[in-house]
Amino acid sequence: MAEINIDAKFLQCPGPIVQLFNAVKSVQSGDVIIVEATDRGFYKDVQAWCRKTGNELLSLEDGDVIVAKVKKA
Amino acid sequence: MGNKKTIIVFSGDLDRAMAAFIIATGAAAMGDDVTMFFTFWGLNILRKAKKVQVKKDFLERMFGAMMPRGPEKLGLSRMNFGGLGAKMMRYIMKKKNVNTLTELMENARALGVKIIACTMSMDVMGIRKEELIDGIDFAGVATYLGEADEANVNLFI
Repeated sequence: MAEINIDAKFLQCPGPIVQLFNAVKSVQSGDVIIVEATDRGFYKDVQAWCRKTGNELLSLEDGDVIVAKVKKA
Repeated sequence: MGNKKTIIVFSGDLDRAMAAFIIATGAAAMGDDVTMFFTFWGLNILRKAKKVQVKKDFLERMFGAMMPRGPEKLGLSRMNFGGLGAKMMRYIMKKKNVNTLTELMENARALGVKIIACTMSMDVMGIRKEELIDGIDFAGVATYLGEADEANVNLFI
C-alpha cells in the first residue's frame, strides 16, 4: 500500500479537488493519498468529493493547512 | 458513480465564463461527464486570440472586429468600466493565485470536458470554424438536448 503526498497549498478552488482526482486516478486501489490545502472550501469539498466518488476519507484535519487522508476504493 | 452535467454558456463575460469553467472542472474532477454548449456571446470565449484570415462579408467583419477575441479579451458583467474593471479583476485574481480563464479552460479540457459550439449562432455572428480553438465539436440544439436528457444538472450561464 503506497502513500502519496499532494501539495495543493495556495491553489484556489477547484485546484485541490482536481489534484486529488488526478492522484487517485494514478494509484492502485487501497493506496492512501495525503492532500495538504489552504483553500478554506477544501474542508467541506473533500468530504463531498469522497461521498460522491466512493473513496474513503480516513482523516481530516482543519487548520491553516487542511490535511486530508484519502484511501482509494 | 459518474453522472452527466450540461452547461449552456450564453454569456461572453469574463466572470460568468470563469464560473462556468470552475463548475465544469469541478464536476469533471468528481467523475462526471461534462458537456458545455457555447452559443451567442459565449462563442467569443472560444475564439483564437490571433486574427484568422477567412472570407466574410462587411457586416460579419464588423461584428467580428467589435467582439472580444478569446478569454484574455473578455470584460466583466458588472463594473467593467470600459475594460478597466476586467484588468483590475485579472490583477487581483493573479495576486490571489486564482487560475486565469485560459488555464481553467486548459484544465477543463485535460479532464475531458466536451465543448460544443452552436453552429446557428456562429452563422449569425459570422464566426467561422477556423476562428475557434481546435478540438471542439460543432452542433445544434438537438445535440444539446440529447446530452441534457442524460444529465442530472443543467445550467444556463
